[in-house]
Amino acid sequence: MDTETDTETTRDADGTIIHFDKVVKRFGDNVVLRELDMSVRPGEHVTLIGPSGSGKTTILRLLMTLERANGGTIWVDGEPLSHMRRGDTLVTADEKHLREARKKIGMVFQQFNLFPNMSVLRNVTEAPVTVLGKGREEAAVRGRELLDMVGLADKVDAHPTQLSGGQQQRVAIARALAMEPKVLLLDEVTSALDPELVAGVLGVLREIARTTDITLLCVTHEMGFARDVSHRVMMFDQGQIVEQGDPEKIFTDPDHDRTKAFLKAVLEER
Amino acid sequence: MSGISWDWHYTGQILPDLIIALFQYTIVVTVLAFVLALVVGMVFALLMRAPNVVVRQVVRWIMEFIRSTPPLVQLFFVFYVLPQLGLTLDAVTCGVLTLGIHYATYTSEVYRAGIEDVPRGQWEAATALSLSTRRTWTSVILPQAIPKVIPAQGNNLISLLKDVPILVSIAVPELLFQAFSAGNKTLSYLEPLTVAGVLFLAVSIPASILVRRLERRFGH
Repeated sequence: MDTETDTETTRDADGTIIHFDKVVKRFGDNVVLRELDMSVRPGEHVTLIGPSGSGKTTILRLLMTLERANGGTIWVDGEPLSHMRRGDTLVTADEKHLREARKKIGMVFQQFNLFPNMSVLRNVTEAPVTVLGKGREEAAVRGRELLDMVGLADKVDAHPTQLSGGQQQRVAIARALAMEPKVLLLDEVTSALDPELVAGVLGVLREIARTTDITLLCVTHEMGFARDVSHRVMMFDQGQIVEQGDPEKIFTDPDHDRTKAFLKAVLEER
Repeated sequence: MSGISWDWHYTGQILPDLIIALFQYTIVVTVLAFVLALVVGMVFALLMRAPNVVVRQVVRWIMEFIRSTPPLVQLFFVFYVLPQLGLTLDAVTCGVLTLGIHYATYTSEVYRAGIEDVPRGQWEAATALSLSTRRTWTSVILPQAIPKVIPAQGNNLISLLKDVPILVSIAVPELLFQAFSAGNKTLSYLEPLTVAGVLFLAVSIPASILVRRLERRFGH
């Protein structure tokens, strides 16, 4: 085995669950990520902040395989996500590889995206039954536990359209957790909610952050939540990390003017 | 206009045969062809979204070809040319096949619109949950797309019913054929053709009303 490819294909066995290696993402002429390098440790809670268009959501969408990178390699739990091993080299992943790789990752969307043709419980059990091969009964028991955890035990038979936005988002969280992901991606999960419904959703997420060892990657404008829950905050601008560090440090004494200006704008908006 | 007057006795004589023709052939052919159109149309709609661009292009051209040639030409092809190629089908089967596949190009367009109407977030949620492609279609996309297109497919059903009389050209004894035969016997076409028209109305008007109700129920 040739040494160079050997290091290429075994990189990242060094205790990171997510690793971006010179990842490039373009939409047409618009470069959204420029050779981005970043790593996340297992169980870490990372919040991505920055102006819209800075590439935060693209990072989550690349991890969820909703987008494909134009360059670089993404590693999840020691396996290449965007690529697969063929012999000693990495080639672009096919659909089958992607389907396996994405099982480790769950995502909660800004617009909830519950399945309106299914009951709340079925939303939560559909994937465990059809993807993980769990029994209907087993999945239903677990589904009820999760719905109880998000405070919706009495809504199992309701349909998504009968729920408030906050309730729908809590179902979406339960649905993602039912797949037992190692990494949970939260994409502006409170942005579409009426203000009075935000606290309920954030409360559920705080609980998950406190009681589970799931790695959280969070794009949010809720700075209070980010400060309480995150181990690390990353400030993005124009597809690159401007600065990153402890939330106390970033929110109270950021090094970069770009971060200062952004935080000032966000906090004034409230 | 002398010599033309409505003969009720004659009307009474031919009515039973025409009603039987309506149920035994016109409606049976309509229903069978429509079922075929719904199934083949779904296959077309799904193939039009196949990952393989060659598949998509081939299906696009097949559909374009079928849609852009008259059903009567297709009917004659199936009825007269296929036997020369060694495939002989009875007239009713030819009619069901021709109309069913012709209308499949229309039903597939309607399915396509319904599928495109399902928000992108639904696909993304299915991906995020690792649902297989098949599961995504059967559990998420089609259950949302199909109810929305039921009224539009109902309109296709009514159009199909009105196209069944082209089968007169290959002697399927449906309503128009029976009316025409009755007229040929007596050389009086007024009553049989009028009755045939009224019988078509008797089916298509209630069907239109039903479709409008469905539109109100499933529409936006």
